[in-house]
Amino acid sequence: MKKYLKNTWDGIWTVLIGMKVTFKHLFVPAVTIQYPDVKLPLPERARNRLYVNIDDCIGCLQCERACPVDCIHIDTVKGLPTDDLGTTSNGKKKALWVTKFEIDIAKCCYCSLCVYPCPTECIYMTDVYEFSEYKRQDLIYNFSTLTPNEVEQKKINYEKFMAEKAAAKAKAAAEKAAAAKAKPPVDPNKNNQKSE
Amino acid sequence: MYDILTNIFGNQIVAYIIGAALPLFVWILPFVLFAVLGERKVSAHMQDRLGPMRVGYHGILQTVADLLKLLQKEDIVTPAADRKLFNLAPYIVFLGSYAAFAAIPFSSIYIGSGIEVGIFYILAVSSFVVVGILMGGWASDNKYSLLGAMRSAAQIVSYEIPTAIVVLTLVMLTGTLNLNTISQQQTAYFWNWNILGGAAGSGITQILLIPFMVIAFVILFISTLAEVNRTPFDIPEAESELVAGFHTEYSGMKFAMFFLSEYANMFAVSAIVVTLFFGGYQSPFGYLGNSLGIPWLIPVEQLFWFLAKGVFFVFVQMWLRWTLPRLRVDQLMTVCWKYLIPYAVFNLLIVGIISLL
Amino acid sequence: METKTLKTEELILNMGPQHPSTHGVLRLELELEGELIVNVKPHIGYLHRCFEKHAEAMTYPQVVPYTDRMDYLASMSNNLGYAIAVERLMGIKVPERVEYIRVIMAELQRIASHLVALGTYGVDIGAFTPFLYCFRDREKILSLFEMTCGARLLYNYIWVGGLSHDIHPDFVRLTKEFVEYFRPKIVELNELLSFNKIFIERTANIGILPLDTAINYGVTGPMLRASGLKWDLRKNDPYSIYDRFDFDIPVGEGEKGTVGDSWDRYFVRVQEMEQSLRIVEQAIDQIPEGNVHEAVPKRVKPPKGSIYSRVENPKGELGFFIISDGSVNPFRMKVRGPSFVNLSVLNEISKGHLVADLIAILGSTDIVLGEVDR
Repeated sequence: MKKYLKNTWDGIWTVLIGMKVTFKHLFVPAVTIQYPDVKLPLPERARNRLYVNIDDCIGCLQCERACPVDCIHIDTVKGLPTDDLGTTSNGKKKALWVTKFEIDIAKCCYCSLCVYPCPTECIYMTDVYEFSEYKRQDLIYNFSTLTPNEVEQKKINYEKFMAEKAAAKAKAAAEKAAAAKAKPPVDPNKNNQKSE
Repeated sequence: MYDILTNIFGNQIVAYIIGAALPLFVWILPFVLFAVLGERKVSAHMQDRLGPMRVGYHGILQTVADLLKLLQKEDIVTPAADRKLFNLAPYIVFLGSYAAFAAIPFSSIYIGSGIEVGIFYILAVSSFVVVGILMGGWASDNKYSLLGAMRSAAQIVSYEIPTAIVVLTLVMLTGTLNLNTISQQQTAYFWNWNILGGAAGSGITQILLIPFMVIAFVILFISTLAEVNRTPFDIPEAESELVAGFHTEYSGMKFAMFFLSEYANMFAVSAIVVTLFFGGYQSPFGYLGNSLGIPWLIPVEQLFWFLAKGVFFVFVQMWLRWTLPRLRVDQLMTVCWKYLIPYAVFNLLIVGIISLL
Repeated sequence: METKTLKTEELILNMGPQHPSTHGVLRLELELEGELIVNVKPHIGYLHRCFEKHAEAMTYPQVVPYTDRMDYLASMSNNLGYAIAVERLMGIKVPERVEYIRVIMAELQRIASHLVALGTYGVDIGAFTPFLYCFRDREKILSLFEMTCGARLLYNYIWVGGLSHDIHPDFVRLTKEFVEYFRPKIVELNELLSFNKIFIERTANIGILPLDTAINYGVTGPMLRASGLKWDLRKNDPYSIYDRFDFDIPVGEGEKGTVGDSWDRYFVRVQEMEQSLRIVEQAIDQIPEGNVHEAVPKRVKPPKGSIYSRVENPKGELGFFIISDGSVNPFRMKVRGPSFVNLSVLNEISKGHLVADLIAILGSTDIVLGEVDR
């Protein structure tokens, strides 16, 4: 009987306590915000969309290797000695044309592992987080500034250069080795098979 | 009331139809629009949120937008469903809750039907809801719906008993089943309300009655909560267990009908509580119309007080809903049979003894 | 003809993978006798992402973001468990500053994880409001994490041999403010939910897990402690610098019902949040100066060998078993996920209860499907 009455009392009393708590909260200002109108300031370290400053990229492929989900694809073509590729902002001399620098942002897991190894700090995470698209294709970002024609030209230039070099080498070798067999020239296309 | 309408329309039948439809269009639909938003706003502010803010100023048109969306929705009937019952169920549920409004006195001049057995009629007719819920749950051909419907039937049938006992207590005191008469008895000032022992009349009995009337009120309020399937008694639609209970398979306007009847029901039971314990349409402080000498103002004031009290109890229902966890199905029965009914019976006896003094 | 007997059969109810309270994509096949549970068969694997196989193709630092995604409500703790395992394999000694920051992060993460557990448990029982209060407070912790490492959920913060960033200059101040802010909130949660009569009725004496069953099934974490055993790896097998802090291990006492019931499991978590606050309070004042990148190896290339290393995650014992063949990739990686093991006891403790109780029991086991399926 005592337990019965206690149960009744507990039931009513704890309900009243709970009601007191929720009633107090009626007058507490809301903690939520009206998102698209009001936005929370992001901290300076915020990790959102990746950005590549292609002017600083030296094509070292470190970020591609660091990526755990393989969302970065880079192709490079060696520059000719006569080309002026310029220098990066921290003074490194560029030697490669970055013919392709694609980030599939749909695959990106925002771990920022690619950011740390970059020698020129040209790949970094920005605070842009609203970039949804209707098509997945649109989420593949190409950061390379070279047009397809230019890319083609660079490749041809390089092949020509290599062919000339090989020819010169072969010629030199042929001249040099009168009796001995000349070494077969290195296939210049070997490194560029992938780039398409 | 009907005389006025008959005069306006010149035909008694038209007048009756309009009189019957009046609460639906004048009060229930606007109330539901307002209450659904109110529920969302109340819950949001209790949870430190803002709630709907987009449609209109602070989201006041949110329910209208929802309604438009529901109207446009495809009316899905699952292939295995029992089509006839499935389609009929939402209307029966709404019928059950709307029929109760016939006997509720909104004001001294407006009462749908001033029948002598008003409260008895309401108790009887609100059982219609069970039929609709059972039909919906069964016809959906969904195990979750069926479980929800079975629970609901058991629950509503059980909780009618404490309701009836408490109503009996009140009827014993007031000597009438007519809700209009009960309201008239609690006239003028709030110390005449039944919750403060007003019905018994005078002196020491009135003071003695107060605690027991409070107990009766609490029991009635709890059991009406259960009858409208609100938290903590919302197990027929317990979303964490049964997805959405008996209306899992409903979509579009039929779902909206269930929604409409739930909110209509909330107001109906609040109205019953108000009528029985809180003076019905009577003002707590006397009427402005009396002091100013404008007789036609009195019914308007009465309507205002009635709706205000009703809305307050709807708010309390919402407040409870956003505070409490849900009971389990067997505990629900325990609360009803082991706690509410014994207390109600004892209360009935004690009130009877006191009123004999 | 034989005598005709009325044949009854169990109702098979398929709960999930799309269900409001299976906490993810768990599918439960219930055999019901009316509403009584005869048998529960959990079907898992809807979120299987081959973490273990995947890790074999990754270098050691690349695995860290994958550990984030196992128990995604406690990514810091997963990072910590993995980092400690690899460090032990390589014999790296990390700087003191790193150790302190790691402990603070892991304990904040424990509070955040428990907040989700308690909040969603409230929703399972039908109380929606505590859920939002819990998430409101969890947001504050996530903001601290975001300030430190830039991410709110999947941090990739604790690295092999160090941390990805040093803490933010404001971190210490804001963490102290959080501790001050959060203490009263636990009291409020208790008022609103823990000691509510309906909540107690729903959870006390439900899903009682006896200690011997718990041990036989290998249950760990708050679930094991709720069954009455004082077993916490932070005390029993101290890793990092947990032996320097003063804190208690709350165990289930059967205050409202029987030892090891759902209420005990719930309340152990509430008490653990208080203990975590104590640890954070002690650690935040003692952070020494140092360089967090000091011990991070240029190339993580552990020597040949294997290791099993375990830490106390919010959900239980998280173990990493790594075999190294001396290359930059792990040769084999096995994870002992606490959620997976804790889930296995579900059938045992939910027999004979109602469907509504199953929800209460499942909620009290606090599983994260990301870790169950990996």
